[in-house]
Formats: sequence, structure tokens, C-alpha cells
Amino acid sequence: MATEEMHESGISRREFASVAAAAAAGLLATACGNRRLYDIPKDKLRAAVAEMEKEYSAKYGKAVTVSDAGPMPGVVFAYALDISRCVGCRRCVYACVAENNQSRDPEVQWIRVLSMDKSKGIDFQDADPYYQPETVPQDGRFYVPTACQHCRNAPCTKVCPTGATWTEKDGIVVIDYDWCIGCRYCMAACPYGARHFNWGKPTLPSDQVNPDMHVLGNRPRQQGVVEKCTFCIQRSRAGRYPACVEVCPVGARKFGNLLDPNSEIRYIIENKRVLLLKQELNTMPKFFYFYGT
Amino acid sequence: MRRLLVVTFAVMAVAITARSGVLRAQAGATKPAPAIDRTVPPPFMQDGQTLEVPPPPFSDGIFPCSACHESIKPDRTRRVLTFHDDIVLKHDQDHRWCLDCHDADNRDFLHLAGGQRLPFDESYMLCGQCHGEKLRDWRVGVHGRRTGQWNGHKTYLLCVNCHNPHQPRFKPLPPKPAPKPPMRPIR
Repeated sequence: MATEEMHESGISRREFASVAAAAAAGLLATACGNRRLYDIPKDKLRAAVAEMEKEYSAKYGKAVTVSDAGPMPGVVFAYALDISRCVGCRRCVYACVAENNQSRDPEVQWIRVLSMDKSKGIDFQDADPYYQPETVPQDGRFYVPTACQHCRNAPCTKVCPTGATWTEKDGIVVIDYDWCIGCRYCMAACPYGARHFNWGKPTLPSDQVNPDMHVLGNRPRQQGVVEKCTFCIQRSRAGRYPACVEVCPVGARKFGNLLDPNSEIRYIIENKRVLLLKQELNTMPKFFYFYGT
Repeated sequence: MRRLLVVTFAVMAVAITARSGVLRAQAGATKPAPAIDRTVPPPFMQDGQTLEVPPPPFSDGIFPCSACHESIKPDRTRRVLTFHDDIVLKHDQDHRWCLDCHDADNRDFLHLAGGQRLPFDESYMLCGQCHGEKLRDWRVGVHGRRTGQWNGHKTYLLCVNCHNPHQPRFKPLPPKPAPKPPMRPIR
């Protein structure tokens, strides 16, 4: 019966066998080729990173180190931001650009500070990211800086067709820039507008390059890939505070280990009025906003 | 430049410590100040290890205060000062003046409401008399900025490193440039 049907559809046993063999060979070839950074063996990753260091050092004319540090055991990172303190000065935006080697032109910025009306509360329809008064804070306005919320239930990682973005064990949502095909599904899925696309060829002047890089973080990106906040993975996995935390002139930004009961983050969650952005979407962000006063 | 600053601070710190030691001994001889309750350790002591705290931001050449004040008899009447006219008090000025915080008998110290003498590098205890909830938040690292390591060595700032104690409210500051709006295709 099956043979007869095959004959009817015009595929001979020989043809079927050769196509099947070709498909199997193709599958095998793919499996032996490039692998995403989450399942690459340690020694291969180290070799790839060494190659990157050589390439970037030659390109920018300075000693570049690319870290491949993995997540620390017993650590899940979380962030807290005091919206009663933020004055909207955008120091964090530019500290982030300098630290994470974002493209200067076309402009890519991972942090976006929204100016909102105090009488309306948090209302994204009414938020203004382009405010430019003489001095801040302005009367009647408050400021909500947004970046990647590092959701536990991240919509962006679910829609990626190539598996180029995923959540690490320490809670950081990362992107493998070499596997990103630039389809921008993740940007459509993200409810916070936290992902940014390199529409043009990124420009990064050699004298402004931060040579302290991480393979999943601030290494230079190519045109046509998506990028976003990584909690300064090159700093946080080395035990340091992210750049935005250290630059904030009003001390509104807090960072630490969610699993450490003595951390600042846990104190804030347990003792302050905390809110999540778009909580109703059940994305479970690890980025908490709070009122410090 | 940075190294120079560090060295300057270190020299200043040594000088201040040496000087205040002498002064403390003198003060003890003239008038005994009540003891400060130190049952709560400073927040920058962790497991017996001292964390980094920058020195209080004195104006150049102003400290030690006793360099001038030693030869001046303290006048405790509330008045408009003829010296220190660069200091404008905007910090509950209707109810308080200099000697509510600065110690009249030993100018190199502050004093708490109870008369306990307090060195300038522990001024947070003075601030905390009124701003108790801020002091509590600062101790656990929620109020104020920390730099360094989230799981290790941190640098703390004193209240006075950010807030001018005479005018504690932050001054408005110019924002950095706004992001460029997205480009639209030209038709």
C-alpha cells in the first residue's frame, strides 16, 4: 500500500533514501558547527573568547579582556530603584553607554528615563522620555528610569526562533550576538521597550571603548542584532556594582543578591513600599521600584 | 591627580587624628563631656573590618577650628556672625543656630543634644537625632550611595558628603541630553 502510494506521488525508494541521507548529514554538520554560548563546552568557550580578545585588541588598539565568567552559585541578582529620589538627570544613561560600549551613532541607549505627571501617577501613555528643561527635577513631575527588567517569566526569551536569548542561572537575561538573526520578535514581546536594535552599523570610537568586556555583555555588537541591559554582567559577576548604581548622584539605585537575606535588596522588599511595572502581565521582573521616604 | 588627592587626604587624616588626640586629652582636663552610647557600631564596621569612608568635606584650611578659636572667648549669644559669612543656614534656621551642633568648649568637635562630644567623622549620629528613619536606612545601605562591591568591600559616604549640613536640600541640576527621537523615513 505504502509503496504504491509512493509510486503514485512520484518518489522512488532510491530518491527518498538519498534525500533522507542528505538531511541526516546536514543535521550532523550543524551539530558539529557553531553552538550557542549556553551549551558550548568550557574549553571551546575559552578559545573563542581568546580569539575575540585578539580581534578587539587589534581593532581598538588597546588591551581588551573578554571575560567568560559564569554565574556564581547561590546568587540571583535583583535591582531596586527609589522613585522618590530619582531627579531625572540621566547620569545613569550616559554611564551605561560608556561602560557597555553602546553605539554612539546611531544612538543606542539601554536606559530610558521617563518623566511622568505626579497627578497621574505611573501612566506610560502620558510618559515623556524627551524632556529637556534647564534643570531637573521639574515641579509636578517624577521620573521612572526603565531598562531590562530581567523577568523571571521573560516573554522575550520565549519568542526567539534561534534560541539566541535566555535567562542565566543568576537571573540575568542575556543575548548571544552571534546567534541573533535580527528578527526583532523579542522587541515586540518585551512590554518594557527594553530591547534595542542596531539598525545601522554601530560606531564606537577607539578612545571611548571600555576594554573590560564580557562575552555575553558589552563586547562590541554588529549591525542587525538586538542588545539590552545585562546588569553590567562584566562587573556584577566580578562582585562589583553596575555602573549606573555607582554614578547615581542621589543614590536612588540599589543592587544585590536576592538570595542573601542580609542584602539591601531584601531589606527594601521586606520594609519598603515596592511596585513592579506592568505587574498584571505576570512577567515577574527582578527590577523593583520603591518609595524610600 | 587622583593619587595626589588620596595622599592629601591620608596626610590630613593623620594630622587630624594626632591633633584630636591631644585636644581630647585637653578637653578631658577642663570639662568632662558625657559619654556617647556606642552600643550600636558604625555601619562601616563589618566583622571587625573597617570599610572605606571619605573624610568630611571641610573647606580648605578651615580645620582644625581650634587653630583660630582657641584664642577667642566663646560668645554663646545667638547673633548674626561677622566671620563665616559664607555659611548661610537654611536648615530649620528659625529654631537653631551654630552652637546647637558645634561644640563651644572644643571647636574641633560637634555635640549631640545631650552634650556628648562627637568627632566630625561621626556626624551621622548628630544628623540621626532628628532624621532617625534616614539614619536607619543609611545603616542598612538603602539611603545614600554605595560604591565598590555588592558582596564585599564597599565605600560609604557620610551624610555631609552629599548634603551640605547648612543647606541640606539638593540643588537642581541640568539634565544630560535627551535621546534622539526615532528617525522617520522621508517621503
